Amino acid sequence: MTEGATQVLGERRPREPLLEVKELRVSYGAIKALHGITLSVGKGEVVALIGSNGAGKTSTLRAVSGMVKPAGGRITLAGADVTGLKPNLLVPRGMAHAPEGRGIFLNLSVLENLELGAYLRRDRAEVTKDAEYCFSLFPVLAERRKQQAATLSGGEQQMLAISRALMSRPTLLLLDEPSLGLAPQVVQTIFRILREVNGRGVSILLVEQNAHLALALADYGYVLETGELAMAGPGQELLASPEVRRAYLGE
Amino acid sequence: MGAASAKTMPYWARGLAPLLGALAVLAMLQWIFGPMHFFVYLSSLVGVNVILAVSLNVVNGMTGQFSIGHAGFMAVGAYLSGLFSLAVKELNIRGLPATLSDQLLLLAAIGVGGVAAAACGFLVGLPSLRLKGDYLAIVTLGFGEIIRVVVQNTETLGGALGLSGIPQRSSFYMVWLWVFVTVLVARRIAGSSHGRSLWAIREDEVAAEAMGVDTTGYKVRSFVVSSFFAGVAGALFAHFVPIINPGSFTFVKSMEVVVMVVAGGLGSTTGAIVAAVCLTLLPEGMRSLFLRLGGEDASLAQKVDQIRMPIYGLLLVLLMLVRPQGLFGTREAWDVLPKWLSRRGPALKGPVA
Ligand SMILES: Nc1ncnc2c1ncn2[C@@H]1O[C@H](COP(=O)(O)OP(=O)(O)OP(=O)(O)O)[C@@H](O)[C@H]1O
Ligand SMILES: [Mg+2]
Repeated sequence: MTEGATQVLGERRPREPLLEVKELRVSYGAIKALHGITLSVGKGEVVALIGSNGAGKTSTLRAVSGMVKPAGGRITLAGADVTGLKPNLLVPRGMAHAPEGRGIFLNLSVLENLELGAYLRRDRAEVTKDAEYCFSLFPVLAERRKQQAATLSGGEQQMLAISRALMSRPTLLLLDEPSLGLAPQVVQTIFRILREVNGRGVSILLVEQNAHLALALADYGYVLETGELAMAGPGQELLASPEVRRAYLGE
Repeated sequence: MGAASAKTMPYWARGLAPLLGALAVLAMLQWIFGPMHFFVYLSSLVGVNVILAVSLNVVNGMTGQFSIGHAGFMAVGAYLSGLFSLAVKELNIRGLPATLSDQLLLLAAIGVGGVAAAACGFLVGLPSLRLKGDYLAIVTLGFGEIIRVVVQNTETLGGALGLSGIPQRSSFYMVWLWVFVTVLVARRIAGSSHGRSLWAIREDEVAAEAMGVDTTGYKVRSFVVSSFFAGVAGALFAHFVPIINPGSFTFVKSMEVVVMVVAGGLGSTTGAIVAAVCLTLLPEGMRSLFLRLGGEDASLAQKVDQIRMPIYGLLLVLLMLVRPQGLFGTREAWDVLPKWLSRRGPALKGPVA
C-alpha cells in the first residue's frame, strides 16, 4: 500500500490524534529541507522519525515546536491549528522540545536548568515536586544538582535536557537524537526512562539515527529521505522490512 | 524599612515609600549643596552618567544584547526636551509659583525626551531584535551616527553650533531623583519574572526560546525601557549645560557608557553605578585640578579631554586582564546587605563555577 510516494507497511493501531502534520514544508532561503511531509502522533503513542544525515528530521521537529516558521502546510495540536506559533505559545499547550545537541544552559546549574524548564509555570510547589521526580528518574543528576551544566558528561547533559523538557509537564515530548554520542549503556538507560515517561501518558515524537533502538521503542515509525517520507509503519514492521534493514541497520 | 512593615503596607505604598524617603533625603542635600554651583554641575554630570550606565546595563548586561548607540538616544531626549522647553520658556502655569511651574514644565520636557527616545528605541529595536546575533550593535551604531548627522544639518536644532538658550531648570534634586527612579526600575526588573526571562535570554537565547520565553518581546521591552532612560538622561543634561551640540553625543560618548557598564560588570547595576561615578569624576577631577594649577592657561585641561579615551582603553584592558567579569561581576551590593535591607532575593544569579 502506498500513500503518494510513501510506502506504508502494516496497520496502525487507531488512537485519538494529538499531533497532526500535513504537507509540512520548511525552507532555509533557497534550500528546501522538507518538501511536504504528513505525519501524526496519537495520544500516548511513541512515534519514531528515522533517516540519514540531512534528511530533514531536525527541521521537522523545529517546525513542529515553532523554532522555525514552516514555508507551508498545517500543524494541528489536540485539534487546534498551531501552524506558525512560537514556542512561547506552544509550551503552554503541552509541547516540549529537547533540541539536537541538547541546548541546555551551560553556565547554569542542573537545578537552574530545571527551573527554567518550568519557566511558564507558576505552581512553585509542584515544580519542586517535578524536579524531584526528574532526580528520581536520573539519580546521577540528583548528586549534581548544584553543578554547572557545562561540567556534566555528555550522557548527563542528555539526561538533563530530557528532564528539563519534562519540567513543563508536556503532553507531547519532542526528542532530537537523545542517543547522540553516548555509550550503549547510557543509551539503554535513557530509552528505559523514555518508556517509563511514556507509561505516564506522555506522547513522544522521537528523532533518531539509532534506528534499531528507536523502532523497537516506537509504536509507529516514519522513514525520512531528503525531505520526503519514504516509508511509514508500526515500529516492529519497519524493523523487519528489508529496505530499512539494508539502509539503516547496515545489513 | 523592616520586613514586617513592608508586609503590612499595601502594594502601591510599598512602591511609593522608598520614593518618598528619597525625596526627603534629596531635599535636604539640595538645601545643603544647592548654592555650590560647581558641586551641582559635577554631581549632575555624575548623575546623568549613572542613569546612562544603569539603563544601558539593562540591555547589555541583563539581556546580553549589545547596544553601542546610547548617545543617540540621549541626543533624542536632549534635543526634543530642549525644543519643548524653548517653546514653553515664557509660559507660567496659572495659579502656581514660578519655581513650581518651572519644575513641572521641566518634568514635562523630561517626559517628552524620554518618550521620544523610547519610541526611537522601539523603532530601532523591533526589527533588529527579532533576529538573533549582533544586528543590534550594527543598527544602534548606525542610529547614533544618523542622529548626529541629522542634528548637525538641521537649522532648528542649532546645527553644528548647538542649541542654546534652553532654560537651566535642572537641579541636583531633579537629576538625583531620576537616578533613584532609574536604579529602582532596574532593580525591579532584575527581581521580577521579567528579570528571570532576561536571565534566560542572556544565558542562551535559543534555549530560552525553546523553554517558552517570548525572546523578541522581552528583548524589545528591555531595549525600550533602556532607551527611555537614555532620553531622560539627555533631557536632564540639556537643562544644566549652557549649550548642547552634536559633539556631546558622538560615538565616543556611547563607548564611554559601554566602558562603564563593562568595567562595572555586565549585569550588575551596582557595578554600573560605581563605574559611572568613578569614570566621570576621574577626568572632571583632573580637568579642574589642571585648571586650578594652570590658572588662565586652559591647554592642560584640554589635554585631559584628548587623553581620556586612551586612558579608558588602557583601564579597560587592565581590568579585563585582572578581572574579566568586571568590578562586580553580576553581583549586586544589595545581595550582600543584611536580609532585612534587601527585601527581594537575587534574581540574576551569577555563573555557578
Ligand atoms: N539553519 C539552516 N540553514 C540552512 N540550511 C539548513 C539549516 N538547517 C538545516 N539546513 C539544511 O536542511 C537540510 C535538513 O537538515 P536537518 O538538520 O533537518 O537534517 P537532519 O535529518 O536532522 O540531519 P542530522 O541527522 O544530520 O541531524 C540539510 O540539507 C541542511 O543542510
Ligand atoms: Mg538533526
